[in-house]
Amino acid sequence: MKSLKAEASSLADPEEQLKIINHHSAIIEEIPDFADRLSDINLFPLKPTGIDIFQMNVGYMCNMTCKHCHVDAGPGRDEIMTKEIFQYCLDALDGSEIDTVDLTGGAPEMNPHFRWFVKEVSAMGKHVIVRSNLTILTTNKYNGLPVFFKKHGVEVTCSLPFYSKYRTDRQRGKGTYQKSVEALKALNKLGYGKEDTGLMLNLVYNPVGAFLPGDQTEIETQFKKELKRKHNVVFNELYTITNLPISRFLHFLLMSGNLDDYMEKLVQAFNPAAAEGVMCRNTISVGWDGTLYDCDFNQMLEMKISEHTVQHIRDFDEISLNNRDIRINQHCFGCTAGAGSSCGGATT
Amino acid sequence: MDESYYKTGDLKKFGNVREFQEKLGDKFFDYYGEVFEEGALTKREKALIALAVAHAVQCPYCIDAYTTESLETGASEEQMMEAVHVTTAIRGGASLVHGVQMMNKVKDLSI
Ligand code: SF4
Ligand code: SF4
Repeated sequence: MKSLKAEASSLADPEEQLKIINHHSAIIEEIPDFADRLSDINLFPLKPTGIDIFQMNVGYMCNMTCKHCHVDAGPGRDEIMTKEIFQYCLDALDGSEIDTVDLTGGAPEMNPHFRWFVKEVSAMGKHVIVRSNLTILTTNKYNGLPVFFKKHGVEVTCSLPFYSKYRTDRQRGKGTYQKSVEALKALNKLGYGKEDTGLMLNLVYNPVGAFLPGDQTEIETQFKKELKRKHNVVFNELYTITNLPISRFLHFLLMSGNLDDYMEKLVQAFNPAAAEGVMCRNTISVGWDGTLYDCDFNQMLEMKISEHTVQHIRDFDEISLNNRDIRINQHCFGCTAGAGSSCGGATT
Repeated sequence: MDESYYKTGDLKKFGNVREFQEKLGDKFFDYYGEVFEEGALTKREKALIALAVAHAVQCPYCIDAYTTESLETGASEEQMMEAVHVTTAIRGGASLVHGVQMMNKVKDLSI
């Protein structure tokens, strides 16, 4: 599997993606505007509640090419955050009360400045979360990272689509499940995921197909039971994430003929409480080139932050950012379906 | 003309059965909703039972609905297939156990 960009697919173009989720079929044309649904519950325009999480996408390069990837990441993606942009992030964080720095990608570990940045930012007393795909931690170049994570108290949040080989490998490629288990065992050995060590190891579950995630607690119970039974692996929390209809997941929906049904499903499951808690309200997303976005999804759709506030991390201004209107579109229905969905799992 | 008795889109119209008998329809759907709420059994366990029964009654709508529900509630392929084997075992067993009746009759009739 290649990225949409490498295949020169028309779907690599964010404009094309937005066109599809707004106008692809008669059924989709009839779907209400997300903005109207927010207006119905007095949430429009959508406003931030403050910035608690500083999420940085440090590059789209990845050792994997998962079928559902909303980043369209892959080995051939060369958009990588430079040291200069990292430094702007440190400068922004230095004077701010933001407590949590969330590093994502691609595979964030592949950025050449990754270790340097983690050291610097954790020395500032910030809480660092790294979003790891697990398989990268089994490669020769990166298998020393778990020890490094432990040293700097990094919280590790890993993707594991399912507790079975069949479903995990279908989504993320052959051999992924076995490598993921290997990486989880290595993390467990260092104390990650174990009670009372304070070393947080969380898993991210997202449905392997055109269906919604069920109850987070029930799925967590299942994962805990099965991973323990099959591999003696333990972890702290499981976050359920809904696949948003963009990028490669959108490609899958189109190719499999599931798009109309999936969009209808998301809309039918619209939950006002989940809308209250969408993550863009307490997160800021920094792109690999320093451009600011409301969230990682908007980043992939190239929907830059409101033009009435600062556009680049070098001009970071928390007060101005907290007054912005969040930019929304039809993909946002993915964050408000059922129990809600965010990088930290269900929101209700 | 569509020659199929079963149409995928009809599943979404299930609620329309109220149109011809509202009171009974409402009662059924209220009851149905409550049956599938979390109780002594989890939603996942109920979805798996429903999936097994759907195979016993061979209802394509129910198979469609409870395959999705099983996936959504976090059941694995293995669990889903085991549920179908439970159906198969009971259906097969229900036939085979009547073999005893046949044997009894053979013995009754034989010298
Ligand atoms: S989903 Fe994660 S691991 Fe998979 S290709 Fe995308 S960034 Fe890489
Ligand atoms: S997609 Fe982004 S902007 Fe839209 S609701 Fe989700 S977090 Fe907010």
